[in-house]
Amino acid sequence: MPTKIEKDAVTGRSTTGHEWDGIKELNTPLPRWWLYVFYACIAWSVGYYVFYPSLPWVHGVLGWSRRAELAETMQAERERIRPMLERIRATPIAAVDRSPELRDFAFAGGRAAFADNCAPCHGAGGAGAKGGFPALVDDEWIWGGDLAAIERTILYGVRSSHPDTRASQMPRFGADQILTAAQIADTAEHVLSLSGRSTDGAAAARGSAIFADNCAACHGPAGRGNVELGSPDLADRIWLFGSDKAAIAHSIHLGRGGVMPAWNTRLDEATIKMLTVYVHSLGGGR
Amino acid sequence: MSIPSAAAASRARPAAAPAAGPPNPPPPGSGAPPPPLYADRVKVYPKAVQGRWRQVKWALLTVCLAIYYVVPWLRWDRGPLAPDQAVLIDLDAGRAYFLWIEIWPEEVYYVTGLLILAALALFLATSLLGRVWCGYACPQTVWTDLFMLVERLIEGDRNARMRRDKQPWSADKVARKLAKHAVWLLIAAVTGGAWILYFVDAPSSFGPILHGEGSVATYSFIALFTTTTYLLAGWAREQVCTYMCPWPRIQGALLDENSIVVTYRNWRGEPRGKHKLGTEWDGRGDCVDCMQCVVVCPTGIDIRDGQQLECIGCGLCIDACNGVMAKVGRPPNLIGWDTLANQEARASGRKARYRLWRPRTVLYVILIAITAMVMVAALSSRASVELTVQRDRNPLFVTLADGSIRNGYTVKVSNKSWEPQTFRLSVDGLTGALLSLADAPDSLTDLSARPDAVATRRVFVTVPADSSVAESSSIVFRARRQAGGDSASHDSIFLAPRK
Repeated sequence: MPTKIEKDAVTGRSTTGHEWDGIKELNTPLPRWWLYVFYACIAWSVGYYVFYPSLPWVHGVLGWSRRAELAETMQAERERIRPMLERIRATPIAAVDRSPELRDFAFAGGRAAFADNCAPCHGAGGAGAKGGFPALVDDEWIWGGDLAAIERTILYGVRSSHPDTRASQMPRFGADQILTAAQIADTAEHVLSLSGRSTDGAAAARGSAIFADNCAACHGPAGRGNVELGSPDLADRIWLFGSDKAAIAHSIHLGRGGVMPAWNTRLDEATIKMLTVYVHSLGGGR
Repeated sequence: MSIPSAAAASRARPAAAPAAGPPNPPPPGSGAPPPPLYADRVKVYPKAVQGRWRQVKWALLTVCLAIYYVVPWLRWDRGPLAPDQAVLIDLDAGRAYFLWIEIWPEEVYYVTGLLILAALALFLATSLLGRVWCGYACPQTVWTDLFMLVERLIEGDRNARMRRDKQPWSADKVARKLAKHAVWLLIAAVTGGAWILYFVDAPSSFGPILHGEGSVATYSFIALFTTTTYLLAGWAREQVCTYMCPWPRIQGALLDENSIVVTYRNWRGEPRGKHKLGTEWDGRGDCVDCMQCVVVCPTGIDIRDGQQLECIGCGLCIDACNGVMAKVGRPPNLIGWDTLANQEARASGRKARYRLWRPRTVLYVILIAITAMVMVAALSSRASVELTVQRDRNPLFVTLADGSIRNGYTVKVSNKSWEPQTFRLSVDGLTGALLSLADAPDSLTDLSARPDAVATRRVFVTVPADSSVAESSSIVFRARRQAGGDSASHDSIFLAPRK
């Protein structure tokens, strides 16, 4: 505390008595308005502690919480779209796709559901991934690409635990010693020739007979596949497990088949219909 | 240049109100403490004045207010689908209408052009006639003048107002102050309310807004504009011009010695002094130091100190001085519109000469002409169709079963006409490329768009297998109006797997 009150000559106010580099600070009180705003802020913050959850384990007398508010908003949103979902649930999938109103709603809803549930395997844009995750944007469908087929695939999955699942099993020709390694190599060469990519005519010719005996039953004599059995087309340019000879031989050796869960246990009927519309619209729907 | 700096003008300011101003600084070395650097506002009580420039000011005030209040009510027939308000900024629909011009959000550069044009016109007006904008047409001036008129009608002229403000509160004083603020608030509310009408259909919205059926946003904005009008025109007044507005600082650079500005004829007025009727005028100037030019000034300055930042060039001091000159029998325009160069010429007995065409005014005229021509050209060639194309990013391309490569795009065709249109889409720049609509692959690539709307469709471009397409090729989308006429194009690329 300064021992002597010193008056500033210009303003008539007392100084604080301290001096910094020849400058003395005036002992000016805070502006009244500032002080009142400051007190109001203190009162406000105390009120905040009382009414709102601001301390751990103290939830405020209003019982308000961000989480509850979110739940409320979500609930309100669900209520808002419920009639639309109800209509989609009650409408056959083909009719949903024909109605512009339902179709637009289903497309938007399907896109959101796709991002949540399908994108991890099939890619955010439906481009698929190597190693057995089919692209949904191209025009080859192992189990059929019309609305009904897509809906069924989503409902019950592929090789899932659901009784109605789509299932077929390609034999493990090598691992189960049905064919020898040489036979498998010849067959692979023949498979390459189906899409015009064989470089060894003799091997392909040898493989042709093996193919007719072992593969044609499912894949067809010309290798065009069969959506009833889920056997892929081998004569086109789309290869789920790789298109070079080694990859094809590996598929014959081990037998291949991807797995997709049955979504009817996780998603409701309307969501699956919306997903169907969305997937069908990606570019390959038949 | 003989225009004093802003700082010099500010220092000269206390002289404008000698009765209430802070004391003059004592001479240096006198030992007394220096006065504080902060000067309180000296309240300005402008006195009523009659005369030619006051008439001009009233006339322009009426014109400006009329334009402001009438424009939202003007109609313009644009057909059954479009709003028929001549000037309308429809924020919900994202359209702005100005007579025959319609602006979409992506065409806001027309507004930029308009602002550039307005700025250049202001430059030209200022370099020719000084601060006529500030003195006669600026909204701050117009509404302040209107508020002062109300104040004068309710509280009386300068002397009555000053006297009343010094008196203790009485019933009469309270009543007059209340009445004044009530009328001010009413004018402010009408001002704020009229502003809203530029953004909604005026005839159909006016009633509901008046009856309390408008939206919360509408009333918030009316409240905001009411408050700002009331505070700026009622309370802040000349402080807006002096302290808040950046324009006076810029205008200092636009004026030169050939600009026609409000000037005090120093050579004629000085030496000034009181004058007794009937005495001789020899050996003295015409200025009788009656201070009338100061008391009528809305910014409270003394024009006799020369050009200064606070002067808004309204010319009311000219009217006041001319009244006095007539009374004492001297020629008018001791304060008048003239150029600084002419003042010097007259002072030294040379002939006064006006130079309106100077490099800077010629430059402004040329720039205005160029800007106007560019805008007219842009407006007259405004396309009624616009095309944008967005490539799919995920996946970048798709290999189809037959080995062909397909890219997906989202095209948006803006139909800026008021009739429904059909557009034929095509793609150029890639041999063998086929264009198809994603949801109707076998139909023609026709796309119909509703009037004044954007049609959005997904399309595919497919290149057959083995057609040696490069990893990335430039392609051009085109949308041609079926009815003939306009077409629009948009560049994009086609991506294919690495060979």
